Amino acid sequence: MNNGAGRRINGGAEEDDDEDDVNGDLDAWERTYTDERSWESLQEDELGMLRPIDNQALYHSQYRRRLGSLSSTAARIQKGLIRYLYIVIDLSRAASEMDFRPSRIAVIAKHVETFIREFFYQNPLSQVGIVTIKDGVAHCLTDIGGSPESHINALMKKLECSGDSSLQNALDLVDGYLNQIPSYGHREVLILYSALSTCDPGDIMDTIQKCRKSKIRCSVIGLAAEMFICKHLCQETGGTYSVALDESHFKELILEHAPPPPAIAEFAVANLIKMGFPQRAAEGSISICSCHKEAKVGAGYTCPRCKARACELPTECCVCGLTLVSSPHLARSYHHLFPIAPFDEVTSSHLNNPNCKLQRNCFGCQQSLLDPGNKPGPAVVCPKCKRYFCLDCDIYIHESLHNCPGCDSLRHS
Amino acid sequence: MASAPSKLYADDVSLVVVLLDTNPFFWSSSSLSFSQFLSHVLAFLNAILTLNQLNQVVVIATGYNSCDYVFDSSSDLNRSFENGRMPVMCSSLLQKLEEFLIKDEQLSKEEPEGKIKSSLFSGSLSMALCYIQRVFRSGALHPHPRILCLQGSPDGPEQYVAIMNAIFSAQRSSVPIDSCYLGSQNSAFLQQASYITAGVHHKPQNLDGLFQYLMTIFATDLHSRSFIHLPKPVGVDFRASSVFGQAQSEAASASDKKRKTPET
Repeated sequence: MNNGAGRRINGGAEEDDDEDDVNGDLDAWERTYTDERSWESLQEDELGMLRPIDNQALYHSQYRRRLGSLSSTAARIQKGLIRYLYIVIDLSRAASEMDFRPSRIAVIAKHVETFIREFFYQNPLSQVGIVTIKDGVAHCLTDIGGSPESHINALMKKLECSGDSSLQNALDLVDGYLNQIPSYGHREVLILYSALSTCDPGDIMDTIQKCRKSKIRCSVIGLAAEMFICKHLCQETGGTYSVALDESHFKELILEHAPPPPAIAEFAVANLIKMGFPQRAAEGSISICSCHKEAKVGAGYTCPRCKARACELPTECCVCGLTLVSSPHLARSYHHLFPIAPFDEVTSSHLNNPNCKLQRNCFGCQQSLLDPGNKPGPAVVCPKCKRYFCLDCDIYIHESLHNCPGCDSLRHS
Repeated sequence: MASAPSKLYADDVSLVVVLLDTNPFFWSSSSLSFSQFLSHVLAFLNAILTLNQLNQVVVIATGYNSCDYVFDSSSDLNRSFENGRMPVMCSSLLQKLEEFLIKDEQLSKEEPEGKIKSSLFSGSLSMALCYIQRVFRSGALHPHPRILCLQGSPDGPEQYVAIMNAIFSAQRSSVPIDSCYLGSQNSAFLQQASYITAGVHHKPQNLDGLFQYLMTIFATDLHSRSFIHLPKPVGVDFRASSVFGQAQSEAASASDKKRKTPET
């Protein structure tokens, strides 16, 4: 769990020598390497595996992760679950810079792949499209669609960088595409911007206002430095702007966009959306598949309206346009609607109170909550059922499971 | 610092987390009595422990008012390899189960008639998943975990969201959920759970032979399942429970308000 130390180790060794030669003084960020020497706090056990001496640091890193998850489950607010997201990737000259190893674009491509898979896992009803900016012109790399493989394959083929970047062209292109989608969908753009400038044919402020009127939520993740125009764009459209410090930070920032964002209040109208729940075709039945245009045997789904065969779900029926889903796909988004309350930390005053009968084991995994010295260790408590959990269960429950085992193990009348 | 693990975890070492349904409303009306059921299950659990010396079994009781752990084969109390005999696990399991049942009954409150008397399946499933995460965290060498649900109670629609969350989390961690349904109707939740997580679902036709069903279908470890013909899912019931009807009053301000008109 030494993410902090690991980050510094990556860039520290090589760059120290260079900077010492080029300018005699050490910059502030370099002083952290020489002063703190985080690599010295590591220790090896007899198998040669690394383990940190400092348990406090471990606890703190867990605690920080918990705070991160706390902010996302803070309030019950309306969220956009059917999302149409365009990922705009800047393939200008600046993306081939090597301050991210091996190059910015390689890091971007790797994490966009992870992001697309996580996005479709958390939002199975949503669709993604990819736009690239190269030589000052924006191209649509993949159309908006629901299949993660097609986006990832297309992206991995086209990673050459050249020319300038143009924010306005990208926004114009995306605006044109997103205006065609149905009104119940939430329109979003995620721009991964490496350049420090933008070469625009006209007034970008007009484009930003156009995006704002079209209810498109633009977010930017910068890889170089903070730019006013990106910040302005995000503020106007209600998105988030962040600048990545290094590779792991970039991964954290991009994965923050996977869970559904809060819906913009005046734009989120409640609608009835027609969806079909197809039955699985019997094994051994032969029909012509509408997505591949060839005959296939068994294992497909029949559209309830027009009886056309589709290969996989979720998809849109090619013949009649009905959105086809299965109920587990919808169910995957339910935890956003019914989030569980964050657990409270058990304070040290409570732990030391001899009158309180402390639970010895974590309710979820039965791990002992006592330190090796038989003193109470760190624990959290659910505010509703008052059961104690260990820190690892806390993270697992809030990040993956979304159920409190304690609350579910009590019958509510 | 503990010594390096000298055990070698081969492919066929399993950790089976058994969710035992102890709902008194179900067992009072079942053709199989609870004590007969326990004798089948105890023999099955002993058999699993015999299949491989490193196999582990954990039992969680799913009650009507509460859920709790009743047995863990890897805890020190249950390990007694004296004279090469099998660990004696029946007495501790039965004792803890009895304590659990007494406590569960004491928690009963007056319920209105006509409600579906379902057990707290989502609670025990969540606890099982937390335990399995602990096993994953314990290091690179660990047995392959799976969950076996021995349920007879009907599905409780109020648990739909919680059960689906648990199923998706299990799918993400690649933990199969096997289910053996002992009741009279069909359980859509168990069918979905086994289908989505690539587990095995079966509803035995003759409960007197429950031990044989358990041994032939559910005792197989995960690695061997690729060679063995196990019951395949036919016609999984995917109908979503009417969760929005119940939860609408709670979550009226929180949902995206998209509703579906199922066309089947």
